Amino acid sequence: MTKEKRQITIFLIFSFVLLVIPFSLRESYLLNVMVFIGIHTMLAVALNLLMGYAGQISLGHAAFFGMGAYISGIFTTRFGLDPWLVIIMAALCAAAIAFAMGFPILKLKGHYLAMATLGFGIIIYIIFNETVNWTGGPSGLSGIPNLKIGELVFDNDFHNYYLVWIITLGVMLLSINLSQSRIGRALRAVHDSEVAARVMGINAWVLKVQIFTVSAFISAMAGSLYAHTMTFVAPASFGFNFSVELVTMVVVGGLGSIYGSFLGAAILTTLPEFLRVFEDFDIIIYGLMLIVITMFMPGGLISGLQLLSQKFFLKFKAKADKGA
Amino acid sequence: MDNFRQLTQYVLSGLSNGAIYALIGFGFAIIHNATGIINFAQGEFVMLGGMLTVFFLVFCGFPLLPAIVLSILIATVAGITFERLAIRPLKDAKPIRLIIITIGASIFIRGAAMLIWGKDTHALPAFSGNEPLYIAGATIMPQHLWIFGITILVIIFSRLFFNHSIIGKAMRACAYNAQAASLVGIDVKIMVMLSFAISAAIGSLAGIIIAPLTMTSFDVGIMLGIKGFCAVIIGGMSSGLGTVLGGLLLGLLEALGAGFISASYKDAIAFIVLLLILFLRPEGLFGKKETERV
Repeated sequence: MTKEKRQITIFLIFSFVLLVIPFSLRESYLLNVMVFIGIHTMLAVALNLLMGYAGQISLGHAAFFGMGAYISGIFTTRFGLDPWLVIIMAALCAAAIAFAMGFPILKLKGHYLAMATLGFGIIIYIIFNETVNWTGGPSGLSGIPNLKIGELVFDNDFHNYYLVWIITLGVMLLSINLSQSRIGRALRAVHDSEVAARVMGINAWVLKVQIFTVSAFISAMAGSLYAHTMTFVAPASFGFNFSVELVTMVVVGGLGSIYGSFLGAAILTTLPEFLRVFEDFDIIIYGLMLIVITMFMPGGLISGLQLLSQKFFLKFKAKADKGA
Repeated sequence: MDNFRQLTQYVLSGLSNGAIYALIGFGFAIIHNATGIINFAQGEFVMLGGMLTVFFLVFCGFPLLPAIVLSILIATVAGITFERLAIRPLKDAKPIRLIIITIGASIFIRGAAMLIWGKDTHALPAFSGNEPLYIAGATIMPQHLWIFGITILVIIFSRLFFNHSIIGKAMRACAYNAQAASLVGIDVKIMVMLSFAISAAIGSLAGIIIAPLTMTSFDVGIMLGIKGFCAVIIGGMSSGLGTVLGGLLLGLLEALGAGFISASYKDAIAFIVLLLILFLRPEGLFGKKETERV
């Protein structure tokens, strides 16, 4: 099988499994968790485009997620606009802000970039909190309508599952595709050595701004979906902690791996459910995971899994050869 | 006259917060100059200082001075351990990995503090009472004087240390060029470890002297850390005096902004200043421009 064919096969199997899951999961609670995993996957993939592909960190991505959620929430509840229209509007709006911010912010490198994105994220978070007339302030904004297509209303976990996952799978497919394209190769070049990439004629700055914009667009879309499935948003979901959680998802799953982002999102979303017995342990475990994985498994869990499966495959092959 | 009194009040509280930001900023600069790393866990040392002192003083019943000394010692040991376990093994890694490591450490320390001491906010008693003093019509708490005094002392000591002691000079040599420093017999590893130790000690000291004014809890480290970083960015990483001026400037801007414009946007001021400086003059107002080597 060629590499491309293999990738298509993997993606089809992955999609198929995800799309039949709801028929075996009758329990609404688990479906609900899966909806969140979908939204988080979308966010992690978006951040991974920036971190894994382009090698640029953002500690303020929760801001774009929040922009999507709040723009959707405000314009559908206060102005009664069509939710689908607002989703596109919100994503474009976040993308425009990312584009405008991107030029000065992505001139910065490494630690300075991290601090600048962190500052940006906190400014937006303060705005969510303080513009009480629009956002409802710390107590949040409720009564956001569910999405609907004709008669089909996305008001239960089963419907939301398909809504979220179809869009998430689309985002994943586009991202995988992007990594194979000229832009993906250019991004990897920038990741490895920005100077070398520039010498080869790649406009690294513009390229980074573009990927930042795409990333913000996807994050805002995830935010809109979050607002419509939850029907309630509050600023606490879009603070610095959530930005760090997103970075954790990307790092734990694997920098630069789209399926890794799914894995990271799945782990970080379900972990608090498992840890419910040990309340408050999650924060310390996130910290440990970040340290241990960065130190010992820079490729994230997905690379560990690949290594394991390769070893297993080789052993299997060796046995088969012996047998023959 | 009332406006004038109010103004002096804002200026005083702004300057005392600014002194704290400057101390925290010092911690950032010391590590950055020795290793090129921005330590995102810097704010957690500040938190550790305050929380440990509360713990020893209020829960264990120690007298103030031993409680403070013990707290600074423990925070310093935490700084050294962090360097030894997480930073040294990754010395030559790309910035993105180092950033993630220090963020991981900061979350870990914060989480541990929350598990050990809970989520409550604690107040540390003021070092010498709460009887306000009146200067030029404005009230000033004795704690403000402590903050100014200790900050000035730390600045003088660190100047003496870095300019006149052999170890301080060795640390500066490492900052200029680690390879050249090791060629003349300086143990770069020890110097890096020392930079983490000093940085943690100064950070925790800052956390201790501010705790009586602003209260402390497991999560104060994020905001204080970022504001300290803001101070050092305004002043420029390479300039010690710049950091002090940067801290004071930030403190003043915050206090005046909160007083005359809007208290709810107080925290936003620091971040807007941070972004503006990073965009317009990343080497800081007082720093020298560094040339980049490839």
